[in-house]
Amino acid sequence: MPKKDFVLGLKQKAKEFRKEIIEAVYKAQSGHPGGSLSEIDVLTALYFHKLKIDPSNPNWEGRDRFVLSKGHASPGLYVVLADKGYFPKSELEGFRKINRMLQGHPELSTPGVDFAGGSLGQGISFAVGIALALRLDKKISKVYVMIGDGESQEGSVWEASMAAAFHKLDNLVGILDKNQVQETGKTKDVMDIGNVVLKWQAFGWNVIEINGHDMNEVVEALDKASKNKNGKPTMIISNTIKGKGVSFMELNYKFHGKAPNEEEYKKAMEDIEKIDVNKFK
Amino acid sequence: MEQNQKLATREGYGKALLELGRINKNVVVVDADLGDSTKAEHFGKEFPDRFFAMGIAEQDMIGAAAGMSVTGKIPYASTFAIFSERAFEFVRNIVARNNLNVKITGSHAGITTGEDGKSAQAIEDIAIYRSLPNMVVLQPSDALECEKMVFALADYNGPSYMRVHRTAYPTIHRPDYKFEMGKGEVLREGKDVVIFASGTMVHESLKAATILKAEGIESYVVNIHTIKPIDQKLIIELAKKTNNVVTAEDHNIIGGLGSAVAEVLSENYPCIMKRIGMQDKFGESGKPDELYRKYGLDSQSIAEEVLKFVKKR
Repeated sequence: MPKKDFVLGLKQKAKEFRKEIIEAVYKAQSGHPGGSLSEIDVLTALYFHKLKIDPSNPNWEGRDRFVLSKGHASPGLYVVLADKGYFPKSELEGFRKINRMLQGHPELSTPGVDFAGGSLGQGISFAVGIALALRLDKKISKVYVMIGDGESQEGSVWEASMAAAFHKLDNLVGILDKNQVQETGKTKDVMDIGNVVLKWQAFGWNVIEINGHDMNEVVEALDKASKNKNGKPTMIISNTIKGKGVSFMELNYKFHGKAPNEEEYKKAMEDIEKIDVNKFK
Repeated sequence: MEQNQKLATREGYGKALLELGRINKNVVVVDADLGDSTKAEHFGKEFPDRFFAMGIAEQDMIGAAAGMSVTGKIPYASTFAIFSERAFEFVRNIVARNNLNVKITGSHAGITTGEDGKSAQAIEDIAIYRSLPNMVVLQPSDALECEKMVFALADYNGPSYMRVHRTAYPTIHRPDYKFEMGKGEVLREGKDVVIFASGTMVHESLKAATILKAEGIESYVVNIHTIKPIDQKLIIELAKKTNNVVTAEDHNIIGGLGSAVAEVLSENYPCIMKRIGMQDKFGESGKPDELYRKYGLDSQSIAEEVLKFVKKR
């Protein structure tokens, strides 16, 4: 079990980040709150526990890299990067606004961004390329890539998954943010992706399955995955709830890509404030 | 490489890639199960550690090449031109959008691909790659020129698409040829008409010019090896000199070289043009020379079209 205080610290951060996500999307009156809220616990653990990075040197060649393949959930990434110090928090209120740094979907021009998402199904391929190059250069750094469950409907996800296993990329860790809902409804109703544990195992990956909102499980899974040297990439199936933390957004496809209005914003902030981090999972 | 030795541009690609691999350790090659056809396999045999087989998965190939480029590698990714189109959105949203240093080669372009038939004959690739910001679009006319391009691209930092071919043609460039990206190459001086051509059609146009000479028509023949960024200055200059502009390409007349030239002239020196190429139709199976004859791309057809065009004006 990871150190209690340390994990508590991560949980508190994740709670704050949920507020900042809602804040950013509300101010922009545009963006994707649902998928940002589902992924934020894993992102917090990645950036504040796992990733070997240096915010003062975003292009450090020896860094671990994180590919947010589900690029629409950029608010989650942005609030984390801001808190790490890649750019000032004042940039968050400029999210999606013209002439501002934080674009709707991440761009390589933003410090701390390792992948320019926006088109689903591309991140694992990109991560495979990085992983192959890192290994060629005998670098010890790792690549982490987060995909969505709706995103897993894209065939290119499976091309890349096949390639990662074939090329024995154990410096690659995937995280599936399985938040159960996509733009037009529940994934099982739109295009059921089936048993993802069996699928990725069949594709030759190590698979770890967790509750993606239980910070203890998240930290343990990332630690286990990052230590892996068995010649296989690892996929962490992170079972989550789209919109987690905001009652009316949870499992609600309407908040896949819609900003809250003023009333909803107030309710959302109240819901998050009420979160008891000791019980949250 | 001897002059007049017949070689396909794809042979130049394979040869140059291997030579480049020997002198530049950062060069890597990504393949989608067509290395034997694109000739990328030569590199793979000598540098297996730097040759990455991605299987029949073009989107993955492009995505992976892009990932390699951000770590400082210089990736060359090749497949058939037509199958690169499957990965077009990856090219657009990862390579072009981020201005990444990925060199894409589309081989077996045009109906000159021959017997495989229309499914394999890319006649729209120039149109789509041209429309991407940051993308350089090249088409060599012989194997030697292709070699020079491969080397030039290693020193060029940014996205590129190079279109090569299956069919062997004579090498018309000398060993000391200096390839200059963005500059059109006047291969034949003329007076009455200018033929802007690219790739295999450079050869057909040169032969057509000889036929036309007997009819009393002196044609400029210009090798437009860089379709983007195109040599606007040269195009305007020769349009002004001749007032008879013809383009020739093994590509749809929509969106390719003809369109690119028309874009330049319509804004700078509008004149009536004739676009020779695939007339918005797909090809079919056949021998390359038979197909060129049938679809109006051979030297005889070009000469006939130019004659008609010049007489009408």
